[in-house]
Amino acid sequence: MTDTIHLAPPTRAVPIPAATPRRRISAWLSTHPRARLALLLSAPLFWLGVVYIVALVLLLVTAFWTVDSFTGEIVTDWTFDNIITVVTGSLYQTVTLRTVGIALAVTVIDVAIALPVAFYMAKVATPRVQRLLVIAVLMPLWASYLVKAYAWRSVLSQEGILEWLLAPLGLSTPGYGLTATVITLSYLWLPYVILPIYAGLERVPDSLLEASADLGGRSWKTIQHIVLPLAMPAIIAGTIFSFSLTLGDYITVNIVGGTTQMLGNLVYTNVGAANNLPLAAAIALIPIVIIFGYLALVRRTGALDNL
Amino acid sequence: MMHKTRAGRATAGAALAIGAIAILAGCGTSGGSAAPSEEAETVGDMEGQVSILAWPGYVEDGSNDPEVDWVSGFEEETGCEVTSKTYGTSDEAVNLMKTGEYDVVAASGDATLRLIASGDVAPVNTELIPSYAGIYDFLKEQAWNSVDGQSYGVPHGYGANLLLYSTDVFAEAPTSWDVVFDKASENSGKVTAYDSPIYIADAAVYLMAHQPDLGIENPYALDETQFQAAVDLLKEQRQHIGEYWSDYLKEIQAFETGDSVVGTTWQVIQNVLAGEGAATDVVLPEEGATGWSDTWMIASEAKNPNCAYAWLDWIASPEVNAQATAYFGEAPSSDAACEFRDDCEAYHAGDEDYASQIWYWTTPIAECVDGRTDVECVDYSKWTAAWSEIRG
Amino acid sequence: MRLGKSARVTLAIVTGFILLIVYVPLFVVLVNSFSTSTSLTWPPPGFTLEWWVKAFQSQGAMAAVLTSVQIAIVATLISIALGTLLSLALQRFDFFGRSVVNLLVILPIALPGIITGIALNNFFRTIMGVPLSIWTVVIAHATFCIVTVFNNAIARLRRMGINLEEASADLGAGVWTTFRLVTFPQLRSALLAGSLLAFALSFDEIIVTTFTAGAGVTTLPIFILNNMFRPNQAPIVSVIAVVMVLVSIIPIYLAQRLSGSEQTRR
Repeated sequence: MTDTIHLAPPTRAVPIPAATPRRRISAWLSTHPRARLALLLSAPLFWLGVVYIVALVLLLVTAFWTVDSFTGEIVTDWTFDNIITVVTGSLYQTVTLRTVGIALAVTVIDVAIALPVAFYMAKVATPRVQRLLVIAVLMPLWASYLVKAYAWRSVLSQEGILEWLLAPLGLSTPGYGLTATVITLSYLWLPYVILPIYAGLERVPDSLLEASADLGGRSWKTIQHIVLPLAMPAIIAGTIFSFSLTLGDYITVNIVGGTTQMLGNLVYTNVGAANNLPLAAAIALIPIVIIFGYLALVRRTGALDNL
Repeated sequence: MMHKTRAGRATAGAALAIGAIAILAGCGTSGGSAAPSEEAETVGDMEGQVSILAWPGYVEDGSNDPEVDWVSGFEEETGCEVTSKTYGTSDEAVNLMKTGEYDVVAASGDATLRLIASGDVAPVNTELIPSYAGIYDFLKEQAWNSVDGQSYGVPHGYGANLLLYSTDVFAEAPTSWDVVFDKASENSGKVTAYDSPIYIADAAVYLMAHQPDLGIENPYALDETQFQAAVDLLKEQRQHIGEYWSDYLKEIQAFETGDSVVGTTWQVIQNVLAGEGAATDVVLPEEGATGWSDTWMIASEAKNPNCAYAWLDWIASPEVNAQATAYFGEAPSSDAACEFRDDCEAYHAGDEDYASQIWYWTTPIAECVDGRTDVECVDYSKWTAAWSEIRG
Repeated sequence: MRLGKSARVTLAIVTGFILLIVYVPLFVVLVNSFSTSTSLTWPPPGFTLEWWVKAFQSQGAMAAVLTSVQIAIVATLISIALGTLLSLALQRFDFFGRSVVNLLVILPIALPGIITGIALNNFFRTIMGVPLSIWTVVIAHATFCIVTVFNNAIARLRRMGINLEEASADLGAGVWTTFRLVTFPQLRSALLAGSLLAFALSFDEIIVTTFTAGAGVTTLPIFILNNMFRPNQAPIVSVIAVVMVLVSIIPIYLAQRLSGSEQTRR
């Protein structure tokens, strides 16, 4: 007998939602991705654009102006004088080289220290130890930067801990100067370098490491050929921090640097003591150019995603 | 599935930005005219608040040390609530005054003339300030706090930049600044100096005695030749300097640990060192020394001028002046203040002889402050540029 | 990872040694907070609790801490909002100029603080004619804190994938509802981790702050900077530093728990 075919009893029907304005906007947005994007980007771009980019560009524009030495007011006549002074002056060349040298030294030291620590934290330590280590690495960040710098001043002094430790070995503390600056800056930026590297190393899947071991790769080779290349973006992200933080620093070098001057000091002096904002802006161009160059260089490696 | 859009967002944004910048840049960044203002005739009603800019330690309201407070009394008496900001160098002070946010500023002599020239401070009618009468005469109407007889502020106190030395290294007290200049090599790497362009004047003071044929009359009035000689002396000194200092703590620490053994200092630093039992002492060398005398000034666009005058009177009154200058470590501005302090001797308060050996900080300008009209003197902006070069 | 026993031990020792060195200066700070000397010399001549007492009585210090906390909270909230918006935009969409926007977000933290500081100072005071105040500091801090939230959020979004969101949309949820009920709960812990880092950045920031703080605004770093100049106040600063470090254990631990619970198994 062919009865009417019974379908399965209908489930409760989903009511068609009421077409409130809110739903209508939402529906419209769902089908217009560009509008969604615009909405998402408008506030942040407005903020960054107006607050930051405009401020930055205006500062750089100032580099092309000069200041009246008597009244201290800025004269908006366009000139390349400041740029030329900064590029050709021997003082600026010396200080730039010195600052870049310090930044490189600090970066190399920090990466060298951060790698084993981050590796241990990410891959070797047990989860509980890992958590403790992360806390241990992050805690110093909360002791004020100034306090840490002054603490190093105490450590490096003629009667400090370092002298006390090294004297039996016949050595002595380097005192205040270039070495002290490099040591202190390396110390201050270490957590900023460890963190991205740790995060990057964590993302390296264990399965790859297991596979490498299964294929006969010894630990060192595995690290060299698998871990490092995968973690390179993160490592470079860490270097961006240490590099840029060093290029602009003027406080630490004042505290432990003895007579050393860095680019940051020159900028600071010209903004404050000399009241010469155009010259300060011109000097500021140096680290900006260097960092932009470095960022452009490392963009390919995807490091910028790891900051 | 990513949503691919071809929004020219970046280019549109860039165009907008460039347009905005062009407009704003056209507005220029110069502002404010140097219009000289009149001094007040009378002090009117108190406005209820006053904003003060000063060296750290000059405006204490108990928030740092409950026992160090001379602001609360002022607030009670006048009803003017005090907000204060501290600055680290005179140059900072000059810059901050341009913002127009402060009613009162305590400026050292190397800032005052610049403030006056730029019109950021107004002449002060000293007759409206009862405490002014008792202030030492040798502080009033000096080159750094008055122009053509018109007073621009109330003196706060004064101190000299002395020579600090380690008694472990120097068996006998040095008598000359040569220990940091010509003889600096004997303690190479442990000499210190003040980290400010104004220190060039200290080199000039030294040259006044040791190279008299340069003809320097006033260490703040240096022509090209004299200036170059001072700069050369400082570049020579740089090789033996361990570090420059601009805050007390640095110098105190350095002398306590032996990282520095000789150099320029303030009395207060020696007092702290003595309190710590450190083996140091100070001396005013035979060539004389530079020094500073701070002046309380009123902003030309002060929003609370009456409270400002009230503060000037308050801080110059004997008891308050004694408290404030004792805390900072300088000589007070009046004899009456000495009755509230027991260390006036150590600071040579009221000692006009001592005071006359001091070349008070003042801003070098192109128009020579020693009165010469046949040459042009080097102005402060070049002092600053030279200082960067000296520092290397 | 399978490492030889000796390799493990060596690594552990190296890590331990490095951490030890990291804590030596902090140890010096701790000891100095009990020192009778008013300047930070070592070894301390004597021990006293005077500074600890004074620090907690110091109104200036308390006010400074409060100001710093207020600024940090507001700046963090703003950066959470902007960072989330940006991460959603950059992760879910592919558009012309995407890498430029990415660069833009990083710039405030990639460029040295002094440059950001004088640029903003010039902008606020000279161009806009706005007097410096606590809000200019907040704006400055929020600007460079965006990137920390952004990075955490975008990393999480990448791992999340859009399947759940699409399912939600298929079931009829609107755009905002999807975000509220599906995306946000998954993002939450990443945002929290990012905001903790942003908070720390803002709290300890000194360079940009000195250039953008108004007359009466004293953040903790500014307070420390002012008091390092005063011979009688320096040990109080050491006390504050020690307290900050100890207090920081709590938020750091919390952040760890939160991001740890999301961790994929080893």
